[in-house]
Amino acid sequence: MTSLALKKPNAWRWTLPISMLLLATVSLLIEQVSLDLQGLSQFFTQSLTHYQSVIIWQWRAPRIIAALVIGAALGLSGAIFQSLVKNPLGSPDVTGFNVGAYTGVLLAMALLGTSFVWTVSGAILGGLCSAILVYLFAYRNGLSGFRLIIVGIAISAMLGAFNLWLTLTVSLDTAMTAALWSAGSLNGITWQKLLPCLILLLLLIGAATLCQKRMRLLEMGDDSAAGLGISVNSTRLQLMLVGVCLTAIPTAITGPIAFISLSAPQIAKRLHPHHESTLTGAAMMGAALLLGADFIAQYALGQITLPVGLVTISLGGLYLVYLIRREAK
Amino acid sequence: MSILSSGAIALAAQSVTLAYEEKCIAEDLSVAIPEGKFSVIVGPNACGKSTLLRALSRLLVPQSGQVLLNGRDIQQQATKTVATQLGLLPQTATAPDGIRVIDLVARGRYPHQKWFQPWSDADQTALDEALRATDTQNFADQPVDQLSGGQRQRVWVAMALAQQTPLLLLDEPTTYLDIAHQIELLDLFQRLNHDNGQTMVAVLHDLNHACRYADYLIAMKDGQIVATGHPSEIITADLVRQVFGLEALIIDDPVSHTPMIVPKGRYHY
Repeated sequence: MTSLALKKPNAWRWTLPISMLLLATVSLLIEQVSLDLQGLSQFFTQSLTHYQSVIIWQWRAPRIIAALVIGAALGLSGAIFQSLVKNPLGSPDVTGFNVGAYTGVLLAMALLGTSFVWTVSGAILGGLCSAILVYLFAYRNGLSGFRLIIVGIAISAMLGAFNLWLTLTVSLDTAMTAALWSAGSLNGITWQKLLPCLILLLLLIGAATLCQKRMRLLEMGDDSAAGLGISVNSTRLQLMLVGVCLTAIPTAITGPIAFISLSAPQIAKRLHPHHESTLTGAAMMGAALLLGADFIAQYALGQITLPVGLVTISLGGLYLVYLIRREAK
Repeated sequence: MSILSSGAIALAAQSVTLAYEEKCIAEDLSVAIPEGKFSVIVGPNACGKSTLLRALSRLLVPQSGQVLLNGRDIQQQATKTVATQLGLLPQTATAPDGIRVIDLVARGRYPHQKWFQPWSDADQTALDEALRATDTQNFADQPVDQLSGGQRQRVWVAMALAQQTPLLLLDEPTTYLDIAHQIELLDLFQRLNHDNGQTMVAVLHDLNHACRYADYLIAMKDGQIVATGHPSEIITADLVRQVFGLEALIIDDPVSHTPMIVPKGRYHY
């Protein structure tokens, strides 16, 4: 008998990274270098003016890298929670873990100041607390994915109200900063702000990759996974921690950006030739979606730059309606 | 216990107390699984047979007592080590959306793989053998969710076989299958037991199937072991009445010459 091949080669795996790269190049150079062959060859051979170089390398490059890495993190976080909950609605932006992270940021800003360490720790703590809260309230003789989602939506709404109350109570300065933050925006990202988070996020992405195999086995049910030698509870805890951090740290940098976590894993799955969910696909799709949304946010309305969170929420809202209709059937 | 004195013990429960949270299922229960045999656990609903199987497969921690695998407490051994010794076919397995047969069966290799170790020749051989033994290679490329119930159950068996464990524990493997598929699956287990010497432990509902396939029958009631031994040694009308509360006639199975239970009832006697 001939051995059956496990993996089928597919052309698909190149389309996402290539379109991501193209989009990144366009976002980097648009309006500064003409985007044709001549312009590009000039960009690579001739030195830029000081003005161009500041715009491209100091302003745009960190923003694009941030969009890519944050998008990937959000996509991964969504894939992890959708797998844990076994439901495409079970992503951290639906169950409100990112709203919880934002509560943590607000509390940290109000009580401890706006330094980077405090906002990131606040976001992670807030995200973890809201996740624990949701799990506790949803636990009744085991966890049902759907109950967890409903509880998550409720807690997310309450935390949203709490966040609003917080912004109304704190000092005007903090409230202004917080309000700017609340829409989720990549404006004003600098290398200096970005680098520490970038390192953290890349480490977490690595951790998620290490968990991937066990995560897939867990989807077959606790008994099957345990039968294959998985420590079910500790794996679930690790995945939750990594997933919460992957949604909390982006929240600390940009504010809550909704719907990337929800949609990226599902779109990636639908584009996959065997409709398989893969973490790589979810991460790349998340990166491409956020980069695309940020591009729209910057250029769709001419001179006005929208917060990227606004764009993802509008696009994602449509997607959510579609998903709920499909699930309801 | 004549069968035990002659052979080795693969797996044993030693005065275990089994409970889910507050509800006690079995107390001070001991049972030994003979190596290389096909053992079948039977008993009425809620007698604790699936709970016993969960304890034997390390899924349930006994409140007291211990389960011994290769002579050592199974709870003290690493999950992954246990998974190289003991394969499990649970009742509640769900195939991930759209997964292909071959990819699902390949997951059975997990306990043998180390981090970052690529798919090895041994893995490929085990995969091919598992597909061939279960006769699933013809639809190996198809998604699991498009298969019939019988085919799907064979795929899960293939996954457990790819695990290449000396012990295989089966929790009601024939439930939801029609009679032809039930026999086909039981034949497969018997062949694996004979050809590979794999020790089988199955929870079965059908007493006649149990009598026909078991080398070693374990009859349970209310969390206690009532009788153990070869079906032809232990199955009597008395035992069936005691365990199931059922009046029955025991005759010789004309095909396999094992005991065959013909139930009586209120209107047929």
